[in-house]
Amino acid sequence: MTALLQVSGLSKRFGGFVALDGIDLEVQPGERLGLIGPNGSGKSTLVNCICGTLHNETGSVRFADEALDGLTAHQRTRRGLARSFQLPRPFASLSLAENVRIPILYSVNARAGGHLHGAAIDERCLELLGLFGLAGKARQMPRDLTQIEMRKLELARAMAAGPKLLISDEAMAGLSHAEVDEIIALLIRLNEQGVTVIMIEHIMRAVMEFSQRLAVLVAGKKIADGPPKDIVRDPEVVKAYLGE
Amino acid sequence: MDGFSADLLINAIVSGLLLGGFYAAVSVGIAISFGLLDIVNIAHPAFILLGSYAAFIGNTVFGIDPILAAVIALPFFYLLGMAAYQVYYVAFERRDDQSLRGLSFFFGLLFITEVALVLTFGVDYRTVQANYIGPSISLGLFDLPLRLLVPFLVAMAMVMAFQLFLSRTFIGRAVQAVAQDQGALRLMAADPVKIKRIAFGLSIATAALAGACLIIIQPVEPSIGREYIGRVFAIVVLGGLGSFPGMVIAAMTLGIAESLTATFFGPSWAPAVAFGILLITLAVRPSGILGR
Amino acid sequence: MASLADKTAVAAVPGLRALPFTLALIAIAAAIFALGRWYNNSYAFFMGYVVVQYIVLGTAWNILGGYTGYVNFGVTAFFALGAYSTVVLHKLIPAMPLPVMILIGGTLAGLVGLGTGYLTLRLRGVFFSIATLALAVVVQTLIINWDFVGGARGAYVLRPRVAPLIGGDYVQYLFLLMLGMCVIVLATARAIERSALGYGFAAIRDDEAAAEASGVPTLRLKLIATTLSGGFMGMAGAPLPFYVTYLDPASGFSLNYAVNAIAMPLIGGTGSWLGPVIGAVLVGGLQEYLRVTISSAVNVLVAGVLMVAFVILAPQGIIGLFQKRKR
Repeated sequence: MTALLQVSGLSKRFGGFVALDGIDLEVQPGERLGLIGPNGSGKSTLVNCICGTLHNETGSVRFADEALDGLTAHQRTRRGLARSFQLPRPFASLSLAENVRIPILYSVNARAGGHLHGAAIDERCLELLGLFGLAGKARQMPRDLTQIEMRKLELARAMAAGPKLLISDEAMAGLSHAEVDEIIALLIRLNEQGVTVIMIEHIMRAVMEFSQRLAVLVAGKKIADGPPKDIVRDPEVVKAYLGE
Repeated sequence: MDGFSADLLINAIVSGLLLGGFYAAVSVGIAISFGLLDIVNIAHPAFILLGSYAAFIGNTVFGIDPILAAVIALPFFYLLGMAAYQVYYVAFERRDDQSLRGLSFFFGLLFITEVALVLTFGVDYRTVQANYIGPSISLGLFDLPLRLLVPFLVAMAMVMAFQLFLSRTFIGRAVQAVAQDQGALRLMAADPVKIKRIAFGLSIATAALAGACLIIIQPVEPSIGREYIGRVFAIVVLGGLGSFPGMVIAAMTLGIAESLTATFFGPSWAPAVAFGILLITLAVRPSGILGR
Repeated sequence: MASLADKTAVAAVPGLRALPFTLALIAIAAAIFALGRWYNNSYAFFMGYVVVQYIVLGTAWNILGGYTGYVNFGVTAFFALGAYSTVVLHKLIPAMPLPVMILIGGTLAGLVGLGTGYLTLRLRGVFFSIATLALAVVVQTLIINWDFVGGARGAYVLRPRVAPLIGGDYVQYLFLLMLGMCVIVLATARAIERSALGYGFAAIRDDEAAAEASGVPTLRLKLIATTLSGGFMGMAGAPLPFYVTYLDPASGFSLNYAVNAIAMPLIGGTGSWLGPVIGAVLVGGLQEYLRVTISSAVNVLVAGVLMVAFVILAPQGIIGLFQKRKR
């Protein structure tokens, strides 16, 4: 079975600083991958390069057996790649329903045979918000949301694009124990519906509960990749990230 | 249109260099406000014109040397700059609603200043008198008009003083730091807002001196500020944001390009040179010559 | 049940679909024109032309500025392109009807908008704004150095004595054409607001990177906005030579057009098609009042001062102030 996402030899520099150094990563369809590493190790940079927000100097990204190199971010989203932003970036002048409407209008409707119109779009917006418990606030503005609601909106908007692969970038930072559980449950439910998920997190409990496989990024290099139980015992990983 | 002659060419280049030095003085303020503070102060030329008219008043009413008048006006311009930043900060930066409204704010200031100057001084060209306006030093191959040389020297002194300020003093380094990482600055127990306010105040203070230089070089009237918007941003962008040496090189380049254009194609084409360079730079290499 | 797509933001006539709205606009415009004809005061037509011209200019600016978040300071470039294309066309083909010249002027300005956008829209918004300033000066310098259109000395255009089709003073014809453009521009703006295109613009304005990540083709949409905006501004400028009869670069490229085109939507409210209308009527009216009572220099100051005041104190404009009261 071909991997859904194939990253080969991906490198990214900022001036003299090497943010990513020859990253190889594969994600199988339907998989739940966890991506961990210390701050500044390049996790978000990797997401940005995969999704097209940044351009990698070397290496390639293949998605659903198609080379993504040279494609813009919106073209990649239309092909089924979606991400949430680490710091939520809602459309501040639009209501929640309108926030999730944008990806429907521009990703779902841009695909062959995916067209939703009129009332169907409204229904889909409410459905998406409902998945995340936000249906009641459909007409409210992002500034009226709590932290966790903003994170959920981020994920809802990413899901609205109808992705095959969803990258969740530190959606749980600073949330309470119960809130973290909520998000984990949500992501697992999405995965059960057929969405491949990459979870980037610092909260080890969440990562261990969620991931079927774990990859570790340290200083721009991938130092480990395998089953979670093995990774957390890997001496290099422990030294670089988990601590003695 | 004159025929090609080595004499003309050399003089054009020399004038261009001297003019470029002056352009560097005009751009120092933008190098600070846009290059370091990320504030698009398109009203900067209006402040320069205020400096010109301040020098004009000092010269015609009080009989002082225009450069001296500008030096006297420096503290007022500094305070004016701090006040302008305070308004900008409270109204825009703090609300994080910068682009559209912040730009419109400065555009409005530019316009209001121009009209106010028209109402106060009229649309006639104004000049100053000083004993270095007129004579030139003749150096065989070319001439050094003093009215270009003096502003050039003043301008270079100002640019160098600024470069030293930024690299040697605590506040100067804090200004550079605030450009890169406000969080780290806070950890150093320095208030980023206060630093920015000082920096912006200084950027407007440079306008006073630049304005005096301007009115020495050429007669001024209120609407010439608009030509300078393109020039200063062309210089700062071409030189690379945040790079003072780059800015000086770019200023010289522009000065020479304009001088050559004016000499061989006519002065009415000169304003387009800066803007043409700006458009090309933005399209081809937006990070500039020495940019970050 | 009201659709979730109803912009809870502004739209003063929320429920009307595009066609009824356009018909209503046409009816209003026809009524205004008929009233003017009956009243038969030349001054009213001259004044009306200016106000309606600013509605068109302001709405055009707002499509790129208010809806998409990209500030165009080079209004004068597009406006004057329209005006000077009329001068050229009129010299080359004196028999060309004005509506045709308006279309050509608008197309030309639209293409320039497309070109400028293509060069600069891949950069940050502020660079686009600076580039538009540059564009204004470049175009002005080109015109000043072009003798065919009179260069710095300016060009004279003879205004016909009688209006074609409707008879009467030619100024009435100019006013009618401007009203026609106004209907087109307002209908377009409102149609954009409620369409997928409008949502795309809003997403770009609010957060361009997030818009890209959501599938919005940001460059393409921005180019559409720049082209539409520039084109409409060119159309607004096309009749100008007949209105002023003497066109010189100093007045054709006057900063007043730029300041008004930006100030009026900002004051009225940039979120809706109605904002530029309110801004044009109020500020235009105020300017005219000040011009006849105090002086023509002071009236020019008004737009700038009000713009700065509103931008600081009431960023959502007059419409925003009303909305706040409602809540």
